[in-house]
Amino acid sequence: MIAAVVLSAGELILLVTLAPAVVGYVRWLKARLQGRRGADIFQPYRELRKTFAKGMVIADTASWIFHVVPWVVAGSTVAAAALVPVVSANHPTDLLGDLFALMALLILGTIFLSLGGLDPGTAFGGMGSSREMTVAALTEPTLAIAVLALALTAGSTSLGVIAGTVLANPSYAIGPGHALALAAFLIAMLAETGRLPIDNPATHLELTMIHEAMILEYSGPYLALVEWAAALKLTLLLALAANLFIPWGIATTSTPGALAIGLLALLVKLSLLATLLAVLETRVAKLRLFRVPELLAMSFTLALLAAASSFFTR
Amino acid sequence: MVIGALLAGAVFALAWPSPAGARRLSLGFVLLACIGALIFGLDALLTGMLWTWRSDELLRPIGGVALRVDPLAAFFVVIVAVTGIPASLYGFGYLQALDARPRGRAMHALLSGFVAGMYLVPLADNAATFLFAWELMAVSSYLLIVSAPDQEGAAAAGVWYAVMTHGGFLALLVAFVMLAQGGPLEFDAMRGTALALPSHVQAAVVVLTIAAFGSKAGLVPLHVWLPRAHPAAPSHVSALMSAAMVKLGVYGAIRVLIDFMPPLPPAWGGAVLVLGVVTALTGVLYSVAEAHLKRVLAYSTIENVGLVFVALGFALLMRGYGYGALAAMGLIVALLHTLNHAVFKTLLFLAAGAIVHGTHESSLEALGGLIKRMPHTAILCLVGVLSLAAVPPLNGFTSEWLTFQLLIAGARFTAPTLAIMLPLALAAVALVAGLAAVSAVRLFGIAFLALPRSTNASEAREAPATMRWAMAIPAAMCVVLGLVPTTALTRLTAVTSDLGLPMGQLDVGFALELPLVGSRLSPAGIALLVAATAIAAAVASRVGRRWRTRVDSAWNCGRIAQSPRAEYTAAAFAEPLKRVFTGFYRPTQEVTVDVHPVSPYFVRAMTLRADFAPWIEQAMYGPLIRAAHRLSSHTGRLHTGSIHWYLALLPVALVLLLLVARWVQ
Repeated sequence: MIAAVVLSAGELILLVTLAPAVVGYVRWLKARLQGRRGADIFQPYRELRKTFAKGMVIADTASWIFHVVPWVVAGSTVAAAALVPVVSANHPTDLLGDLFALMALLILGTIFLSLGGLDPGTAFGGMGSSREMTVAALTEPTLAIAVLALALTAGSTSLGVIAGTVLANPSYAIGPGHALALAAFLIAMLAETGRLPIDNPATHLELTMIHEAMILEYSGPYLALVEWAAALKLTLLLALAANLFIPWGIATTSTPGALAIGLLALLVKLSLLATLLAVLETRVAKLRLFRVPELLAMSFTLALLAAASSFFTR
Repeated sequence: MVIGALLAGAVFALAWPSPAGARRLSLGFVLLACIGALIFGLDALLTGMLWTWRSDELLRPIGGVALRVDPLAAFFVVIVAVTGIPASLYGFGYLQALDARPRGRAMHALLSGFVAGMYLVPLADNAATFLFAWELMAVSSYLLIVSAPDQEGAAAAGVWYAVMTHGGFLALLVAFVMLAQGGPLEFDAMRGTALALPSHVQAAVVVLTIAAFGSKAGLVPLHVWLPRAHPAAPSHVSALMSAAMVKLGVYGAIRVLIDFMPPLPPAWGGAVLVLGVVTALTGVLYSVAEAHLKRVLAYSTIENVGLVFVALGFALLMRGYGYGALAAMGLIVALLHTLNHAVFKTLLFLAAGAIVHGTHESSLEALGGLIKRMPHTAILCLVGVLSLAAVPPLNGFTSEWLTFQLLIAGARFTAPTLAIMLPLALAAVALVAGLAAVSAVRLFGIAFLALPRSTNASEAREAPATMRWAMAIPAAMCVVLGLVPTTALTRLTAVTSDLGLPMGQLDVGFALELPLVGSRLSPAGIALLVAATAIAAAVASRVGRRWRTRVDSAWNCGRIAQSPRAEYTAAAFAEPLKRVFTGFYRPTQEVTVDVHPVSPYFVRAMTLRADFAPWIEQAMYGPLIRAAHRLSSHTGRLHTGSIHWYLALLPVALVLLLLVARWVQ
């Protein structure tokens, strides 16, 4: 038991430290695809170090909520990351919560970020909060049905069980239920993490931004925390997609060899998904905000098809 | 004893010489009665005792009084008590302004009557007692709504409420008579006759029951009175109405549809489930767009009642299919959400009352920045708002999680006919949860954060101590029920097994484990994890460095002064959703531009009026109201004022009545 707890703590630390590198990799690849040289993948670490060392400017209109937000966002995102099976499928945090708990923890972070956006009373903060909450609310049904599609075949919403079921029955992974649910999940993930075509992570153009508008008032260490949490959210959702839908390589025993293979498999899968993300982001343009629901409706339909097909293929 | 204390409260309210003393004494007695009822209800739940009492002397003409406590009744007594305790404590400070008014005493007395009615409804064991208690509750709450001081629209709200509640009463009366099939109107007898009802009578009883209790609970389309009545009533009464009285509609539905009736055909369960989904979606969509503080909460009550009926409909559906354990799970989720919603909605209505008390404003558009002027209310309200948004580790999340698990379990174990219905219901519940989070953020963010949008808001006063303590009780319960939901859940299994739906063990220490789905949740563990990581991050980033912070004005694109006019408003916050759901809201916009006479290109002022039409209501009730108007204007012609004409009408009416009586015989 102790060994398992230590292992999952190690996995959590791995995910947290890896997060900026994932963002750095996506940025580097996007730069290469756009014909620029791009900063290397370790640039986000340097930025974090720099931002952590800087002073902060706090808006004079802000209340204590503004100071609490970065900690709650960081805490809830790390807690969500703790629930994700990373290297090993035997995960003691399965005892704490399942996929729905993970989604709810992410929503907790979103809610607090929105409150932080509203707190200083600027127009940008309110705009970002309103949009972020709208997109989050509209993404919920898709995620819930994608979870349902997984749970129908696995018999549980517990993350370890889902990964284990797919490992035991590889044919599930190419079944219509899983494939459609994966597609729906990926679209919902783009919306949740504020990537193109829903939100542009690279822009500071006020009228189009969502996530950046919300955190506009944050600076210094608070900004670093929020940015790190955002990177971690992206990484944990990618790791989730990797280990729920294509779990091969994940360690089922705790031997060093299996864990090493698990780690290697994770890195390969993460870099594949991140490459996919970078390619997608260079290929598509940002959608108009009021067209976003159409995209989400499409992913919802995919998820519903996934759920219905797992009924009929049982 | 409880009723005695309430009676004493009413008497003292009317008779005590000084108004302040009358207020304290009568509310004190209500508080005592609620504490007594809480102890009684918990005791009955824990020991599972059955207690009956009847008297043929009282209310003899309609069949005598019969009271009975079973676990289901005890559970609803507890719900009324956990709402009544903070609400009456709150009244001590909140109702001070009433002392100078002549109606003040009557309001305290009515409150006693209202609470007494709510305790009697779940305890009633025959139709006479039930209907008497139901009327006591309805009439006293009606009077409380219309007697609210200086509220515009209180009278109209009262009419809506009276019409809905009496329509419900009539439906209920007919349903009871049909259930009894000519036998005695005792509940025990009805349990027997309900088994042998012909199918068309059974269908009629089910429809009437759902209509009667749905009108009290606020099921769409019978929800129209809620958003009108809640803003008109004083806040502690709104809390009682929204958290306790509405729940008695749920109680009635469970009592008749599950306790009396044999397993119904699954189609009924499906219908109730769909009704619940529609109610939840309608409620949440309006609550996101509404600007009046208490109307936001009223619509959110409709949403939550919808969620309760989703679980209840699921229970009926599974009972119809013969899956006892799944039905029990559905019932448990319905009951748990009833309790959770009662707790956090009490808190939120009391907080809304504190805001109105402190600022004299009730529109979100006039509030803002209250977190600085009302710090305690703000933090207590934040607890309620997070609970409403269903995030861990508060109690709203547990019920949401269980509802998700419930629908997944149903989808896994049952017939393929449900292959689309249950996933769609799950999606709807998820959408409702997401929109509830938007509504919660909007409520707290616009009212408490940013800059005050009116002078009243910038001069807000913190609520008196009794009001803050009264809010602290449900806030603490939100946290406790959220962290350790097993305290409530283990009691609920007693309720369902008493109704003939046994359920296995649900809890493992602090964690929740569902036997049918194999999913686990440990809210306390999650809370610990979040807190631990937040603290670890705080310590790690503080070690070895000093943070330099500077307070300065916010970034406003170079504007020099920051004014509340630049802030996002409640309407603007909801704008993206209004655009997404245009078909639902049917928003109207009216732009007027005031141009300079010299040239149309010099705009002096622009005004924008944006509103949305409650078109569903208008489409459904508009024809009814017009018909009622036409009918009353026709009958109005009879009233000529001539006494001879009236005297001539009397024998005509008598003859007609005699003919009708003969025809009936």
